[in-house]
Amino acid sequence: MKNYARGGNVPYRWEDPLFKGVTFLFALFILLLTLFIAFSLLVHATPAIKKFGFEFLWGTTWDPVSEQFSALPFLYGTLITAVIALLTAVPIGLFVSIFLSEFSPRWLSDPISYLIDLLAAIPSVIYGIIGLFVLVPLMRGNIEPALSNSIGFLPVFQGPFYGVGILTAGLLLSMMILPFIISISREVMLSVPQTQREAILSLGATQWEMVYKVVMPLSRSGIIGSIFLALARALGETMAVTMVIGNNPDIPLSFFEPGHTMAAVIANEFTEAASELYLSALIEIGLILFLVSFVVNGIARILIPGGVRAA
Amino acid sequence: MKSVLEVKNLSASFGPHPQAASHPVLKGISLSVTAEQITAIIGPSGCGKSTFLRCINRMHEVVHGATVDGDVLLNGKSVYGKGVDPVLIRRRVGMVFQKPTPFPTMSIYHNVAVGLRLNGLKKKAVLDEQVEVSLRKVVLWDEVKDRLSQPGTSLSGGQQQRLCVARALAVNPEVLLLDEPTSALDPMSSGKIEELLRELKKSYTIVIVTHNMQQAARLSDMTGFFLMGELIEFDATSKIFTTPTDARTEDYITGRFG
Amino acid sequence: MGGVISKNINDEQSYAILGCIIKVNNNYLMRKILNISIFSISTICTIFTLSLLFFVFSYILYQGITALSWDFFTKLPAPIGEGGGGMAHAIIGTMKLLFVAVLIGFPVGLMGGIYLSEFGGRLFPAGRGRFVYSVRYAADLLNGIPSIVIGIFVYIVVVLPMKHFSTLAGGIALGIIVIPIVLKGTEEFLRLVPSTLREAGLALGMAKWKVILTIVVPTAFPGVATSMMLGIARVSGETAPLLFTAFGNRYFSSGWLSPTASLPAMIYTYSISPYSNWKQQAWAGGTVLLVLVLLTNALSRMLLRRKKLRTQ
Repeated sequence: MKNYARGGNVPYRWEDPLFKGVTFLFALFILLLTLFIAFSLLVHATPAIKKFGFEFLWGTTWDPVSEQFSALPFLYGTLITAVIALLTAVPIGLFVSIFLSEFSPRWLSDPISYLIDLLAAIPSVIYGIIGLFVLVPLMRGNIEPALSNSIGFLPVFQGPFYGVGILTAGLLLSMMILPFIISISREVMLSVPQTQREAILSLGATQWEMVYKVVMPLSRSGIIGSIFLALARALGETMAVTMVIGNNPDIPLSFFEPGHTMAAVIANEFTEAASELYLSALIEIGLILFLVSFVVNGIARILIPGGVRAA
Repeated sequence: MKSVLEVKNLSASFGPHPQAASHPVLKGISLSVTAEQITAIIGPSGCGKSTFLRCINRMHEVVHGATVDGDVLLNGKSVYGKGVDPVLIRRRVGMVFQKPTPFPTMSIYHNVAVGLRLNGLKKKAVLDEQVEVSLRKVVLWDEVKDRLSQPGTSLSGGQQQRLCVARALAVNPEVLLLDEPTSALDPMSSGKIEELLRELKKSYTIVIVTHNMQQAARLSDMTGFFLMGELIEFDATSKIFTTPTDARTEDYITGRFG
Repeated sequence: MGGVISKNINDEQSYAILGCIIKVNNNYLMRKILNISIFSISTICTIFTLSLLFFVFSYILYQGITALSWDFFTKLPAPIGEGGGGMAHAIIGTMKLLFVAVLIGFPVGLMGGIYLSEFGGRLFPAGRGRFVYSVRYAADLLNGIPSIVIGIFVYIVVVLPMKHFSTLAGGIALGIIVIPIVLKGTEEFLRLVPSTLREAGLALGMAKWKVILTIVVPTAFPGVATSMMLGIARVSGETAPLLFTAFGNRYFSSGWLSPTASLPAMIYTYSISPYSNWKQQAWAGGTVLLVLVLLTNALSRMLLRRKKLRTQ
């Protein structure tokens, strides 16, 4: 490069900067696009922000007829379904990644991981119809009665069995986030040096003790990162949740009852929003979703070591 | 002279595919390791000396598909006998690796204590004492006694390796295996480790794999020479390095190949 | 020193450390049971996860095969109450949407990726660092934004000014989702190209842009193409961003500026409808979509796997 700079007789001294400039513009475009998404959401959410202020976050009324909008039911539904999803998917996911990285040989672990990655590729709407036609009847007919009979003393497992509802949405979500937890945790665990494993084994540790004392502590941040990534997915998931949550803008006490999430209310009501304020309130929910996913993904990004690829 | 380890017709290979089975890493090794001596294993790289070491504490089978044939007797009892759990064998046969492997998430104290805790020792006072005893044995106590709670990785390379020796000694092994323990260290640190081994041999049986012939000559009482998976010669160190019986041993120690 | 010698090597009852007797067998049994339990639980969890995949796949196929017919691919939806009909318009619609998405996502992702890999960081480490970092961060963020939020954005900047839903708007929304996938893939695989290849080109007196376009990108092409296919696989199943951009249509959509049906949106609408004929059609659509997405995904991953094996 130096030779060109000296002003040698080079025919392409303007071509390289041009090419670089063009690719730079595309890179810049991506940056500006992201900023512009945030900006335009903010602008269009402004009427609702001005009208309702912080009341929007903790009010419980969502009434399009009287134009009273506040988002707590949706915040609650989003959070609770995500928590239910994590509570079921994290233990299963960790056990699977322990199996894949520690207990099974590579010839078995690689194809299984490949199949599990396919689970992440199944479109959300497909999970939705499975949820609607298989999970919902199963919940109403078997799981919810069983839960009510066994741990029904907890208020969240009481009440009529709707089938659709918060618990159903949470369980469907757990199915959808499972592959994210597994593929990243497995890769992080596999990246623990073999010498560390052998060092603890040579002291007379069992395989589980090896996992617990050496592999897990060394991959802790990556594992937590994978959980945050899965959380981000769960918070923003739309179609599957919309199809099974029951779309009820309330804060039900029981997990059996229908609820609503931020993404689901946008999907359901956006095209019906007749007034500017109504639309603006929905966009404000979108803005909240954007900010939450910004934070959660940011945490995941910090925790997951570079070089480990998401599914 | 009591024999602690008795290796009988030991063969080993990696991987289940036919190519590996027809080219074993170890072919019919037999030798016996005497108590409270240092036995050195030398040979060119790829001759199977590390695999030999890893067969003794059943570490070889950690690699999927690895196979072992023959037997190893530890104090007269088969290590590969039916129903013998490698976990118990490894408690009784300590191992130190080529590169220092302190556990980065554990403190110096916990690095030494972890083996004891795994084996069910919970009394704080006993743990404290055994950690101190082990660290004193490797002449590390005075250097680290004020920072036992710092991570094991905060030590220098040579100190880390001594920490690993202390970690192995803490569970009272019957044999100590060392796989090229000084190859990743500077000459000063290597010297300290050698000094330490000479001291330890008074109470431990030691098997050391090394690619450094001078080290074997300086340290060991017995030396075995491995070539292409076979034990070419096994004899007193003084004999191996002065009047070897086999021409190949002579070629190797005089530096004519390898 | 050392352990107590007993008859069987496993029968080592206890050994002493500083006078403290360790009862090996008591402790060992618990450790062994724990180890076996964890192994069993993790095996069961793995089998469970795999059976989820097989269940979803086989159930959709089972439901879909009976509902699928030639009409599904060639006919328009039948009026409510009448049997038969198909989703020909939605299949065409999805293809048109994907075409727009590719037109936007591929060039932006590819060129941005070239910038990050070839002009960001390694060759010019100083000064540009912060910009490159921000672009990567933005791409990660873009990848993580819920797709429904992308839908809102496109609604604001495309649908509102144009005053109607359109294929173009839907395609733009999908294109924005494709961008970060292609960008990450391009950067990652260009970086895998050994720098000796670049230097060889430069040493021949080639211009840098020529080295990049004729040596670096072609060398990395299998990887880049894989990420492009993964991008298509991902957005071909996206529903949420289409709901208020492409909207939907009961007929073929003409041109690019009118609302269009798409396979995933049709599946959604039909599955939540009360008509059993429509539900049948939803299963059929689900089958087509699942096969399409999984085939694209599986094929591209297999290509990548083989390529990786060859270079290592």
